[in-house]
Amino acid sequence: MSTETGRPLLVVEGLGIVFGGLRAVHDVGFALKPGEIVSIIGPNGAGKTTLFNMISGLYMPASGSVRLDGEVVTGMASHLLARRGLSRTFQNLQIFPAMSVLENVMSGFHLKEKGSLFADLLNWPTARSRTRAIEAAARALLARVGLERAAEREAGALSYGSLKRLEIARALALSPKVLLLDEPAAGCNATETEEIDRLIEEIAHEGTAILLVEHDMKMVMRISNHIVVLDHGEKIAEGDPATVSRDPRVIEAYLGVQQEGSHAGG
Amino acid sequence: MMSDFLQFAVSGVTVGAVYALIALGFTLIYNASDVVNFAQGEFVMLGGMGTVFALQAGLPLPLAALIAVMGTAMIGIAFNKLAIERARNAPIVSLIIITIGASIFLQGVVQVVFGKGIHRLPAFSGDEPLRLLGATITPQSLWVIGGALVVFAALYLFFTRTITGLAVLATANNRFAARLAGIDTDFMMTLSFGVSAAIGALAGVLISPITLTSYQVGVPLALKGFAAAMLGGMGNPKGALVGGVLLGVLEAMTAGYLSSHYKDAVAFIVILVLLSVKPQGLFGLRTVNRV
Repeated sequence: MSTETGRPLLVVEGLGIVFGGLRAVHDVGFALKPGEIVSIIGPNGAGKTTLFNMISGLYMPASGSVRLDGEVVTGMASHLLARRGLSRTFQNLQIFPAMSVLENVMSGFHLKEKGSLFADLLNWPTARSRTRAIEAAARALLARVGLERAAEREAGALSYGSLKRLEIARALALSPKVLLLDEPAAGCNATETEEIDRLIEEIAHEGTAILLVEHDMKMVMRISNHIVVLDHGEKIAEGDPATVSRDPRVIEAYLGVQQEGSHAGG
Repeated sequence: MMSDFLQFAVSGVTVGAVYALIALGFTLIYNASDVVNFAQGEFVMLGGMGTVFALQAGLPLPLAALIAVMGTAMIGIAFNKLAIERARNAPIVSLIIITIGASIFLQGVVQVVFGKGIHRLPAFSGDEPLRLLGATITPQSLWVIGGALVVFAALYLFFTRTITGLAVLATANNRFAARLAGIDTDFMMTLSFGVSAAIGALAGVLISPITLTSYQVGVPLALKGFAAAMLGGMGNPKGALVGGVLLGVLEAMTAGYLSSHYKDAVAFIVILVLLSVKPQGLFGLRTVNRV
């Protein structure tokens, strides 16, 4: 499923940020092509989430650039990035707890509807049929992540594993070119993890480039085309899963820690 | 006896419909921005005063009212763009104080431009009262109640049946997640200020034939509308409707059966008692996770 052809959708170059004199991330770069799954791994505090936050516009990088489909988007606001085709999920979930599961996903379709407020008020029947079409599309996405039966439930009442999938469904509603997933399998049991595996591979297969941060090493090794290893904010290795898992620096920095049974969040 | 009760109920619901519209304005802005907008009463004043002066300029009433409502909406949008949005990162308390400043500023401008006079709008369809089971209802009361119902019904459809409405709710629920979903939360805030101002102005147009209007009618109305919003639950349009009508009826019953001197006191005592039992108001939203 690895797509070696096609120009990169996301190019990250020399990205760095400093927090109070500490180089949280320093000179990190990589590229994602359509349909590719790239994973960022590294011990806790290696800078994975910080890197995600810079790419998705939450932190302004001190140096380096992010290009999305050829356009420089470094530090651009999240909703503008979403409109340009970059969407992400969060380790600690960002959903609308007081809205229904269906409405959560429908809100992701909003950006295809921008500027239609006055048209909506003036042309009610058209607006209604469009809303119904969006509802149908949202239900299809819920079916895809296995949440179709929970559509009418209040999102805040869902289990953690279900919320993870809900967040992915909402991210997909944006029809992203690039999807950033921050620990999609955290807190999921083995069956749920397999479902998420399958889902991620399907999404990639349709041409979306996926950037993944995940602590489940089996999952990372199984689905990644390319792995970038961070330690102390710097890229210490990269390559395909086989290469990376044999790299002595990686074993020392990360897999060594893994053997001691670390499984906490980062 | 029955006719008395009915009479008080009718005047209570009429005033309550206006409180409900003002409470709705508070709620919409609060949802989009966490700001309690104490300039909400000035939107009501601008609606009434704007219509009075457009009428004096020779425009027909419907056109004068339309111009006043649209003009007030523009002022609401400008207020957000020029004052609130620029202080975006200030604490919420500072933003609320800015709204109090805007309230004083708008009163001052109207006082200078239009004077201190008290004005009356003609009733929309005459002053001939209708009789219902021994109570009298002025046609203007029906305009007020009907107008409020139309506004609430339109907003209900907007929030439940349109994607833009859903985006406003999403913004209220979790602003950070809304931005991630591609929603322009700044636009949602501007929209909320525009719509709240228009609703306030409409309330002003509807009530001015009954209560008269001047540059200083805004503040007491804002306080009542705020109380109604707190009673129903700040942030919930249904709460605004119920809170507004309840407050209006409470006032009218107190004025009718006790004395009009006590109407404000009784209404506020009931609110204090209710809020001590149920601090989030009748239909208050649960607290939600915000980042």
